[in-house]
This record gives sequence, structure tokens and C-alpha cells, in this order.
Amino acid sequence: MSVFVDRSTRVVIQGLSPTSQGLYHGLRNRAYGTNVVAGTNPKRGGEVIEGIPVYATVAEAVAETGANASFITVPPAGAPSAILEAAEAGVPFIVCITEFVPAKDEARVFATLRRDFPGSRLLGPNCPGIISAGQCNIGITSGDIALDGGPVGLVSRSGTVFYQAMYELTQKGIGQTTGVGIGGDPVPGTSFVDCLAAFEADPETRAVMMIGEIGGDAEEQAAEFIASEMSTPVVAYIVGVTAPPGRKMGHAGAIVSGSKGTAAAKIEALSRAGVTVAKSPTEAAEAMAEVVRGLP
Amino acid sequence: MDLYEYQGKQYFARFDIPVSPGATADTVEEAVAVAERIGYPVVVKAQVQVGGRGKAGGVKLASDRDEAEAHARSILGLDIKGHVVRRVWIERASDIAREYYASFTLDRSAKDHLCMVSARGGVDIEQVAAEEPGAIARRHVDPLDGFGIEEARAVVAEAGLDEEARDGAAEVLVKLYRCYVEGDADLVEINPLVLTPDGRVHALDAKVTLDDSAAFRHPEWAEWANLEELDPRDRLAREKGLQYVGLDGYVGIIANGAGLAMSTCDVVEQVGGKPANFLDVGGGASADVMASALEVINTDEKVKAIFVNIFGGITRGEEVANGIVQALGRVDIAAPIVIRLDGTNAEQGRAILEEHGSDRVLSLPTMLEAARRATELAGGVVR
Repeated sequence: MSVFVDRSTRVVIQGLSPTSQGLYHGLRNRAYGTNVVAGTNPKRGGEVIEGIPVYATVAEAVAETGANASFITVPPAGAPSAILEAAEAGVPFIVCITEFVPAKDEARVFATLRRDFPGSRLLGPNCPGIISAGQCNIGITSGDIALDGGPVGLVSRSGTVFYQAMYELTQKGIGQTTGVGIGGDPVPGTSFVDCLAAFEADPETRAVMMIGEIGGDAEEQAAEFIASEMSTPVVAYIVGVTAPPGRKMGHAGAIVSGSKGTAAAKIEALSRAGVTVAKSPTEAAEAMAEVVRGLP
Repeated sequence: MDLYEYQGKQYFARFDIPVSPGATADTVEEAVAVAERIGYPVVVKAQVQVGGRGKAGGVKLASDRDEAEAHARSILGLDIKGHVVRRVWIERASDIAREYYASFTLDRSAKDHLCMVSARGGVDIEQVAAEEPGAIARRHVDPLDGFGIEEARAVVAEAGLDEEARDGAAEVLVKLYRCYVEGDADLVEINPLVLTPDGRVHALDAKVTLDDSAAFRHPEWAEWANLEELDPRDRLAREKGLQYVGLDGYVGIIANGAGLAMSTCDVVEQVGGKPANFLDVGGGASADVMASALEVINTDEKVKAIFVNIFGGITRGEEVANGIVQALGRVDIAAPIVIRLDGTNAEQGRAILEEHGSDRVLSLPTMLEAARRATELAGGVVR
């Protein structure tokens, strides 16, 4: 089992052209075993690119191929309308890896999905994507670093630490059900809590690793959820313990103002919720090895 | 991008938010000319991006030419918490009856915009929030609903602004919301928003943070981008397209991805070292990018060793290793370098690094080992 995507997921790549990022990553995803069933491009409807049929709109692609997930890599100016086009076409799972989408657009898109398209889940923008090990990979994660068979569900705000954590698990022979990179932007479509709830409901995910980051209060919300709703054990690592207050550390999300959003506050909230909090990705993997050994 | 007060006021004026007439000056002569033109009394205000200007002597009232000259002379060149004043803003002094506070920003947990208004303006709002949270009226704004005059009137009343200020303040709030949304600001803040004795409401200060991601649709921002207060290393990093933040330590850090760069700083600290900087070279790690990153770090005399931490995902290990080797050939590096390369094809990458390794360039397999070695080489004490 896995969460959000699996063998039955059928992916449409939005904005497909012979030179697009979408094609580059889409072919890598297909090589991993992902069912890439369609592409869209208003100017290229009817073409076939690398064996992928292209439709003018997402709605057509869905009608013709039964696509139930979309992959968006288009530039920031076009990403919001691409997301909404997928939602309007009824796509239930939308992955947008586009970096530098303006915060106002993110907020508007999120509010639109919340009000008009509650059946569509957006992952991202500005995220590495999602990989259900051995089944389906949508995004830019290198499939080599995943190990299938579970029992760990992985969720991360940071991209490269997501890879690092997955790699460390794999090195230790600990498999994953699904890894979800939710991205570090101000208004992510999918939150920690969404992922934790999905992992809790998945019988094959028997432990969860969560990689948080300074800024915002998503980790504190996650801690509340873990304390009240989860029986699955959680190991966490918070990135940015040494980050100076008030400076933006790369991600828009990773900014600390005052005492709110500090690593210390997040670590305390998670520890109180019964989460094992590690100080580095390596320690997190070691702690997870311990948890996995103790699973019934 | 954080705007200076005068830029913020110029931005406010575009959205019809009332501000006092004024102009900038970079020299004492210019300052006097501006003051003479505007008419006394004027306020001479240091343009630095740091709080507490008034207490530091960076904001002064001048009632005639001599005072304007004396104040401009004392403020230009003044060092306020490490920020040297290069420019002043001079505006007509306002008579103030009352001082309020107004702002819009994003509430990331609610995923809605947040309007905050308080009758307690002119003081540090975070202090108000801590001491008397009830003194701040908050209202969430669904981006699809927007924020109109009805909402503005409600929040102004809730904040308990004086009756005679309410209409004016509500109008300012509606314009401020437009500035926030159409102007693609992460934060717009007026503190203080003042009521004058003759019943007018206007912005006496302006704090605006623009959303850099929206720059593509705001060509008018370009003129401000060059004026941002940056130290030379920040400026070099920005020119090279790198994300750089200077810290106080002695281990230079280069990593790919913001999260990994922060995590690298954390691990260095964990083993007892002190990171000198955060530097994110982005997803890949080509020779060009690595050379730029090494150049930036190389200008920091505090750096006694450099820790390059790359996780190859899409970029394969051998490409990363070749990039690093080429970069080392192009930049003459003062400090020893410890490289940790992991991920896709990491072994091939490490083999390349070992071929080119020396006592100045070491390759270690894990983050922790590399952090310890870099700290040792920098003369730090490893825990």
C-alpha cells in the first residue's frame, strides 16, 4: 500500500513539449514505472512526443486516457492557471514542482481549491513531488534512492533533505511506502497534517519520518495532530536549528521572526507529542532503525 | 525585498494611500534644498532598514534652515546598529493627534490574508501583541472574497479607533489591501497611522516587504533592487544567483538546496563547529556554480575550512565531482576543503574526487564525518 499515488495512478504532464522540463522529468518518472498516459499543450493537441499522446486541454486528456494525476513543471507565471485547469478537469491529485510562484497566487489558488474543488489535492508548488516506492514517482526525486516494501512513510518540507533522509533510510535497508515532499512555500497545497492523516490510515505505513523546517507553525500543527490522532510512531528532524532570526534562508518558508517558528519551539512541541526528535538526518535514520526494530 | 521607508511611501502613493510630501537627499546641501522647498517644520529621517531609528538619533525635527542643515549633517553617516545612513528622507512635519497601527500579511496557518489594526500605534507592535493581545483587532481575509469598505469599517471599529478617525482609516485600509495584493507585498505595515488635529488620517511610516517571486510582473521594482542594503559578499552572491547568508563562525558551508544547506550548518554546530555562512547553490552543482560559490566563500577571512555538501539527485555524482574539480582549478582557495558527496552515482563521484584529492581537498562519505573533519581543520574543538 501507499498514500496518494500507486500503481493505478495515471499521470498527465501539463505543458508538454519536446524541450520542456515536464518531458525530461516525465520520462524519468516513466522509466521508474509510473504510468505516464498523456501530455497537454494547447498548441500541440494530436501530437505524440516520446510515445506520450498530447491533448490540447487537461479535460480532453482526462476524457481520453482516464488520467487521475497531473504533473506541472511550467514557469511561475503559468503555474496557477495550470493547477486550476487540472482541478476544473476533475484531476484528484495535482503535483506542481514550479519554484517561485508568487505568494498571492498561491493563496488565491489554495482558496479556490478549498471552495470550488475540494476533491482535488494539490502537492506543492515548489516541491520535489511524491514517490510511492516501486510503484509511482511524480516529480524530480531520483528513483534510485527509494526502497520499496515499507514500512516507513516520509514527509518533508525541504527538498534536498527529503532526498537525504530517504537515502539514509535506504542505506540502512529500511523501505518506504510513500515519500511526500510538500515543499517550503508560504501556502503549500498539502500540509504535514494531510500527509500524517494519510499515513495513519494506511495499514502498511507503520512508522513515519517527518522532516520539518524553521518558520511558520506547520510543525506545531503536526505535533497537535500526532498527539491527538496518531498511533503510528513518528521520528522527526527539524532543519535550521542554527539559522539566525529574521533572515530568509533560501526558502520563502524558512524565515524566523521572533520566537515564533524557531526550531526550538518546534522541537519542544513535537517532543511533547511523543515524537522522537533527531538532530541530523543521520540520527533520524538511526532513530527510525530503532523504531522499525521494535515494530510488532 | 525590504523597501526603505521612502520607497514604501512612494509605493503607498501609487495606491493613493495618503503620505506626507517629501523627498530624499544624499548630501547635506541636497537636504537643505529639499527642506527649503517643502517648507518648515520638516522631519529629517535616516533611511536604514533597522528598527529604533528615533532612539539612535536618526529622526529629527527641524523648524528652520539651520536646524535642517545641522540634523542632516548629524544623521548622514550615522551608524545605527551597524547600518550606516547614506540617505535621508525629508518630509513636512505632521501635527499628530493620535497614533494607530495597520497592516496586512499572510497568516500561513490559516492560509488566508490577515488584517491587523490597533489603536495603540507608534510603538513596537510585537510588544503590544505580547503585553495586550486584545488591543489588536485581527480579521482574516479569504483571497477570493477580498477586503472592501464594509470589512474595513468593522475592523476599525473593533480596534476602537477614535470616532473621527474611523472613516479615514477604513479608506486607508482598503487602499492598503490593494497595495498588498496588487502590489505583491508579503507585508505592508503602517506604524504609526496618524490622525491629525484637523481630522485627516495618513501614513507617517511605511514598512513594505515585496515578494521577490512576483518581480516578473513588476518591472518597476528593478530600480529598487540595486539599492538594497547588502554587504559586498551578499551582493556578489546575488549577482551569481546564489542564496547566501553570512553567519559568525569559521566553517564555510556550500550545499545544494536550502534545506540541505541549513541542515549542514546544523550538523557543523552539532559536532562543535561554527558555520560561517549558509550558501545554497541550488538543485544542481555545475562547475560554474561551484566556482562562484567558492569565490564568495573565499572572500570571507573568517573561514578557516570549507565544507562542501552535495546530495546528487538528478545531477549525478560524477557530474558534481567533475564540477567541483573544475571549480577548484579556477579559484585559488585559501582554506582546506572537505567534500561530502552522496546520492546517485556517489561512488563514481568520490573516485573522481580522490584522484584529485590532496591534503587540502578531502572527500569523506558522510555528513557527520565531513562536518567533524572540517571543524578540526578549521581549528575548532570537535565534540
